[in-house]
Parts: sequence; C-alpha cells; structure tokens
Amino acid sequence: MSNMTSPHQLLAGEIDAPSEEPPGATFWDWEFAWEILPDMLMAFLQVTLLVTVMGTIIAAVLGLIIAILIMVLPKPLAWIVRWTANFIRMTPIVVQLLLLFWAFLWMDAITIGVIVFGVHYATYMSEVYRAGIESVPKGQWEATTALSMSAVRTWRKVVIPQALRSTIPSLGNYAISMFKDTPFLYAIGAAEMVTLAVSDIGGNTFRYNEPVTIAGLIFLAASYPTALLVNRLEKRLAYAH
Amino acid sequence: MDWFEDWPQYFEALNNFSERLIDGLLTTIQLTLLGGALAFVVAVVLGLMAGSPSLWVRGPARVIIEFFRGISLLVLLFWMVYVLPLFWMANPGLPGEDFVRNNFLIGITALGINYGAYGAEAVRASLTTVSKGQWEATTALSMSWPHKMRRIIFPQAWALMIPSLTNLWVHLLKGSAIVYILPGINDLTFELDNLRRPTDIWFSHAFVGLVSYFILALILTLFMQILEARAKHKLGRGPSLREILSPDPKAAPPDAAVPVQQDAAQAKEGK
Repeated sequence: MSNMTSPHQLLAGEIDAPSEEPPGATFWDWEFAWEILPDMLMAFLQVTLLVTVMGTIIAAVLGLIIAILIMVLPKPLAWIVRWTANFIRMTPIVVQLLLLFWAFLWMDAITIGVIVFGVHYATYMSEVYRAGIESVPKGQWEATTALSMSAVRTWRKVVIPQALRSTIPSLGNYAISMFKDTPFLYAIGAAEMVTLAVSDIGGNTFRYNEPVTIAGLIFLAASYPTALLVNRLEKRLAYAH
Repeated sequence: MDWFEDWPQYFEALNNFSERLIDGLLTTIQLTLLGGALAFVVAVVLGLMAGSPSLWVRGPARVIIEFFRGISLLVLLFWMVYVLPLFWMANPGLPGEDFVRNNFLIGITALGINYGAYGAEAVRASLTTVSKGQWEATTALSMSWPHKMRRIIFPQAWALMIPSLTNLWVHLLKGSAIVYILPGINDLTFELDNLRRPTDIWFSHAFVGLVSYFILALILTLFMQILEARAKHKLGRGPSLREILSPDPKAAPPDAAVPVQQDAAQAKEGK
C-alpha cells in the first residue's frame, strides 16, 4: 500500500510533485531572460529605432513643407491642405497603418510604418512650425521687403532659420512620442520589438513575463533619458532667447 | 478605376455591415468616455501630488508619472493581459480575479493610466501657472487646503489645462484603436478589420472608419471648447456661452478680453 500514491497524498504535500515543471511555473526565469535579450535588442535597433529615425526625418521635412504651403498657397488650396492635415492628425495611427498595409500589399510592413509615422507626425510638426513662423517678428518680414529680397530668399535666409530654432525641442518631444507609438506596428505584423516579444517569443514558449517586461524596461531606459535631454535643451533655448 | 464602376456594391457591403459597425462605434465611444474619465481622475490626483511641496508626496507621484509615460501604451496593455494574471495563477483566491479576466476593463485601465500620467503633467504645469499672488492670498486668509483648491486655485488652473486635456483626450480616442487586438473587445477598428476579410474593398471601408474617428474627435474638441468658454466666463475672462451663441452680434463681444468689472456687472444683472 505504501508505495502507491494517491491524489490525496499529493494534495497534502506528503509526496514530492513530479520533478518536471509545467511551462510557466516559475514566475521569472533569469536564464530565459538573458537568452532572449540579444534578439530583443536587435529588433529594437533594427526596426524600432529605424522607424523612429526615418519617421522623424520625414516628419521634420514634410511638416515644414505643410506649414509653408498653408501660409503660401491661395486660400481654398490652403484650406484643403490644412483640413487634410487635421484629418490625418485626428485619426488613429493604427487604422492608418491597417488601411495602407492592406491597400498596398506589395509594400513592406516597415516601409508602411515609416510612411504612416512620418506623415502622421508631420501634421503635428506643421503646427509647431506654424507657431515658430508666426513668432518671427513682423519687422523681419518688412526688412526683407525693404531689401527687395525674393520670396525664396526671404524664407530660406531670414524666416526659416529664426523659426526653426524654437521648434527643436518640440521635434524631440514628438520623436519620443513616435518612438513610444512604434509598437502599434504590431497591428500589421512588422518584426518590431514588442511584436517579437509577444508573437514570436511569447507565442512559442508560453513565457510572456520576461519578454514583455524586458520590452517595457527597454522603452523606459530609452525614452526617459532622452526626455530629460530634450527638457534641458528646451530650458537652454528658453534662456538664450 | 474600379471604384467608380463598382461603387454600388461597396455601399451594399457597407450597408450589410452597418449594424456591427455601429456596435463597434459604440464600444469605441465607451472606451473613450470611460478611459477618459479614469485618465482625468488619475491626472488630477497625480498632478496635485506632483505639485505638492513635500518630497514624500511629490516623489512617488513623479516616479509613477515617469514610469507610465515612459513605457508604451501597447507594452502596458500586453503586460496587463499576459503578466498580471500570473499573480493570480501563483496565488489562487486573490481578490480581483474578475477584473484581470475582463479585457474591456483592462483596456480602459491601460488607457486611463497611460494618458492619465500624461494629463498629470498638464495638471501640475497649470497649477504652477496660477499666479503666485493667488496662492499667497489663500495662505493669508488661512484657507484649508481642500477649500483653497476647490474655490481658488483649481478653477483658475482648470481654464488653463483644458486645451492640453483636449489634446490628450483626442490622443486617447486614437489610442483606443489599438485595444482591438485584445480578444473580446469589438470596437470600431476590430469591426473594420473584420470587414476586410469577407470583402476585398478594404480601402473605402477603412476610409469610412477614419471619417468616423475624425467626427468623434471633432465632437470631443467642440465639447471641450464649450467647457473652456464656460470655465473662462466663470473667472470673468470671457463671454458666456449664451453670449457666444446668441445671434445678436452686440451681445457677443468678439474680443475675449472683456474688462473684468464690466463682465462681473453683466453677470449680476443676468442673475
């Protein structure tokens, strides 16, 4: 009798449970965490940062173009540009990603991501640039007229250099914000860090704690110091004025 | 251009699906309203804490704000869905299991905490913008903390913080689209994504979805602008809503900078 185990004995803890642990029994596995860290960092560098940097470049350039177009174009056209920008700004990135991804299937998910993030944040940046351009004193415009400068020269040599200075911190803030939005790429299955953490690592091993927590820590570690840096830049530019 | 030839078919598919799309829209509205309400509570509590002179109150608030601002919304969402239940698996019988298993509540909580942390920054910043004399006056009158907040400081800060809160609320509406990835949340994005499968006319349908989100965002913005006009009028810094909306141009001063005394006199007469 004594060498037979009954469920009651198991429940009462009289006998050791089967030595092989079921998956997910340990709450946090350091070994597993170390194992997946290099992959996650690679995905972070290759996709998350790439999309953020490319998207920020597009946002910075396209935003300026939108801002100038709204000021330069005749009224009905400017109105169309402004409300198109408003429309893009006030609709979800996720739906925009899904729309473009399924409409242009021949395009790579990451390319779609770069375009959507770039254009979406360009509409934000255009507002920032507009404020910057409006803050250029009226006397500067009058001076360019007095010197009979061409329109192109006025914008390039006088207005934009003065307008851009105060917009740099906002560009930084939007870059951070875009960076934190990149996991939305999950919706279109780009091989981005959070997608890797949840779909690939979590889906194959049924261990979610380590990959998701590591992803969160990487985000914190990257965005908080950058935010502090942008804050300091903002203060320095404010004093310099 | 297929679209111009096939457009009746598109509208038919849209019409057949309209009931589910409207259900999805209602879910999105619920997420936005409930998530927004939670975000507002989180923002005010953390914002007041972060504006406190005591380090013991300010410190924890700062840590919480920076933590939830720093991690991405989607990471927070995944963490709450995949990792949070592990605590209940490790200790069965812990209270609150229903909450952890309810994806809708999880979605609202993630939206509320994430955008609430952003809002806390707006609340704190507008509290510091209230002029110093006002703070000193409340001290001179030895008002209690709840009294001065409720009667003096918060109403002034409220008028200042509304524009940033409006932006954040629109952000929350847009952010709510990602919650569709959780099973059991059939919001507008989820229904749109479903519509893609039976029909191959995705582009126009997704566009309908974008327009719905846009209209919702415009309604939110309009509502908040009304709130802002009301808050400013209460402080004697602008025309009342009735004056803004009245067709008589004389009753609605175009310039918002009405002298305070005259405005107060008008308010008295009105009552």
